[in-house]
Amino acid sequence: MKVRESRPASFWPLAIFFALFVLFMYGPMFVIFILSFQGPEGGLTFPMRGVSLHWFSKLAEGLGVVDIGAALWRSLGLGLAVMLCTVVLSVLAGLAFRKRLAGGNTLFFIVVASLIMPSIIVSLGIGLEFRLIDNGIKAVLEWLGMESALEGYGTSLGLFTSALGAHLTWTLPFGLLIMFAVFNRFNPAYEEAARDLGATPWQGFAHVVLPLIAPSVVGIGMFGFTLSWDEIARTSQAIGDVNTLPLELQGLTSTVTTPSIYALGTLTTVVSFVVMGITLALVWALGRRRKGRAG
Amino acid sequence: MSTTTTPSLPAAAVPGRSIAAWWQAAPFTLVFALFFLVPLALIVMVSFWDFNEYELLPGFTFKNYVSIFAGCGDASEGLCVTLKTYYSTLKFSFLVWLITLVIGFTVAYFLAFHVRSPGMQTLLFVLCTIPFWTSNVIRMISWVPLLGRNGLVNQTLVGMNLIETPIEWLLFSDFSVVLAFVHLYTMFMIVPIFNSMMRIDRSLIEAASDSGASGWQTLWNVIVPLSRTGIIIGSIFVITIVMGDFVTIGVMGGQQIASIGKIIQVQTSYLQFPLAAANAVILLAVVLMIIWGLTRLVDIRKEL
Repeated sequence: MKVRESRPASFWPLAIFFALFVLFMYGPMFVIFILSFQGPEGGLTFPMRGVSLHWFSKLAEGLGVVDIGAALWRSLGLGLAVMLCTVVLSVLAGLAFRKRLAGGNTLFFIVVASLIMPSIIVSLGIGLEFRLIDNGIKAVLEWLGMESALEGYGTSLGLFTSALGAHLTWTLPFGLLIMFAVFNRFNPAYEEAARDLGATPWQGFAHVVLPLIAPSVVGIGMFGFTLSWDEIARTSQAIGDVNTLPLELQGLTSTVTTPSIYALGTLTTVVSFVVMGITLALVWALGRRRKGRAG
Repeated sequence: MSTTTTPSLPAAAVPGRSIAAWWQAAPFTLVFALFFLVPLALIVMVSFWDFNEYELLPGFTFKNYVSIFAGCGDASEGLCVTLKTYYSTLKFSFLVWLITLVIGFTVAYFLAFHVRSPGMQTLLFVLCTIPFWTSNVIRMISWVPLLGRNGLVNQTLVGMNLIETPIEWLLFSDFSVVLAFVHLYTMFMIVPIFNSMMRIDRSLIEAASDSGASGWQTLWNVIVPLSRTGIIIGSIFVITIVMGDFVTIGVMGGQQIASIGKIIQVQTSYLQFPLAAANAVILLAVVLMIIWGLTRLVDIRKEL
C-alpha cells in the first residue's frame, strides 16, 4: 500500500511541464494587461514608463477613423442575439433528439461538419449567398420598375442577417453537444411522475425539466455570447459594411502602434470575464435554489 | 422511419411524438440549411461561374480551376504559387499538430493520472481552458511585447550579452506563426484527450503494472490506444483550423506569409468570388481527405 501513496518518479517532471505550460498560456496575456497601464510616454514594450489610465482615455476618444464605441455596441448586440438564439434553438433541438427523430443522424452529421469546417469556407459561402440574394432583389425591383426603391437598396448583408447566421453555425454545435451531455445524465423519472400526476407536456417542461437543466442552459448562453464576442473568421466575409469589435481589432493590429491597442485588449477580455462571472454566479444561485427547495 | 414503434406503448400515450420532435428541431435545422448547406452548395456552383470587375456572370466554366493551377504542370519552373501555398499551409498544419499533440497529451496525462484529488483536477483543468475565452487577436498581439525587435526576449538576451544584435526572426516569421497557433489551440487537444483519459478504467492500469509492464509500456500499450478517440478529435480540430486560417497567419506573419485562407480572403476583397469559391472547393476537398483519413482510425459518432 505504501507504493500507492508515494508519487511516482515521473510526477515532478510532469508537474514542472504543466507549470511551464500554464506560464506559457498566461504570461503573454498578463504582459499586455500590465502594458496597457503604461504612462503617456510608454510604448509597446517594456520598460514601463509610469503607470496611468492614459491609453484607456485615448481609447475612449477613438482610434483613428475607427469608432470603437459603436463597434463595441454592435458586438454586444450581436452577442446577445446569438446568445438568445443559441439557448432557445439548442434546448428545443436537445429535446427533439430525446425522441425518435427521423433524420436525426443526418442532422447530427451536419452539425459536426459545421463545427469542423474551416471558418473561411462557411463565411465565404454565406457572403456569396447574401450577395446573390441582393442581385435577386435588385432584379425584382428593376422588373417591377420601382426605381426609387432600387436606388435606396443597399445590401441584405448585415449584423442581424448574415453575421447572425454565420455565428449560429459556430455556436449551435456547442449548444447541441452540451444538451446531449445534459440529457445523457438526465433522470426521466421526474418527468414521468409529472405526467402521471396529470401535467401537460408544457407543464412538465416548464416546472420539471427546465428547472433541472437550468444551470446547463445558462452555460449554453455563456458559450453563445463569448464565442460570438470573439469571433472573426466566420464574420469576416459575412458582415457587410460595418464591423464587429474583433474585426476592428484585427484591422488595428497593423495600424495602431500605441498601447491603446493593449487597453482595447484588456477591455474586451474584461467583458469576457464579466460574462463568465455572471454565468457562474447564476449557475451557483440556481443550484442553491434547487437545493433549498429539495431540503 | 417510424415503423419500428415499440408495440408495448399505445399510440395514444405519445400522440405524434415524431412530428412534435420535428417541430422542435425545425428552427435548429433551418439555421444549418440556410447558413451551412445552401452556402456550401453556392460555393460549388459559383466556382464554375465567370466574373468581371464588378459582377458575377452565371455560366459553366473551368476557367477558375485552370487559373488556380496555371503553371503547375511545368516542373522546370519549380512549384507554382498554388502548390507552394498548399505546401506551406500543410507544413504549418503538420508542425502545429505535432507540437499541440505532444503538449496536449502530456498536460492531459498529468491532469488525468497524476493529480489525485478531483477538486484539484477540476481546478487545474479549468485553469487550462480559461484562456480560450479571451479574444484570439489579443492573445496573438500579446506576443508582440515579448518577441518584437525591442521585446523582452531580445532585451534579456542582449542584456545577458548572449547576443550582440536583436534576433529578427522572432516576430513576423514562421516561428511566431507556429508559436501563436500552439498558444491558441493546444486547448483543443487537451480537452478531448483529457476526456478520453478520464474514461479509462483505472484497474486496467493496475493490471498492466501487476503483469510487470514498465511505466513506458503501460503508457504506450494501454493509455495511448485508449485515448485514441480524444487524440483523433483533437487532431481534426487543430488541423482543420490551421488549414483554413488567415487571421493568425496574417497577424503573426506580418501579412507576409501566404496561406490558402488568406488567398481566399484577398480574392473576395477584390470581388473575385468565383476564384475564391474554386479555391474554397479545393481547400474543402483537401481538408475532407485529411479528416477521412483520420476517421478511418476511429468511429466518432459511436464515441460521443
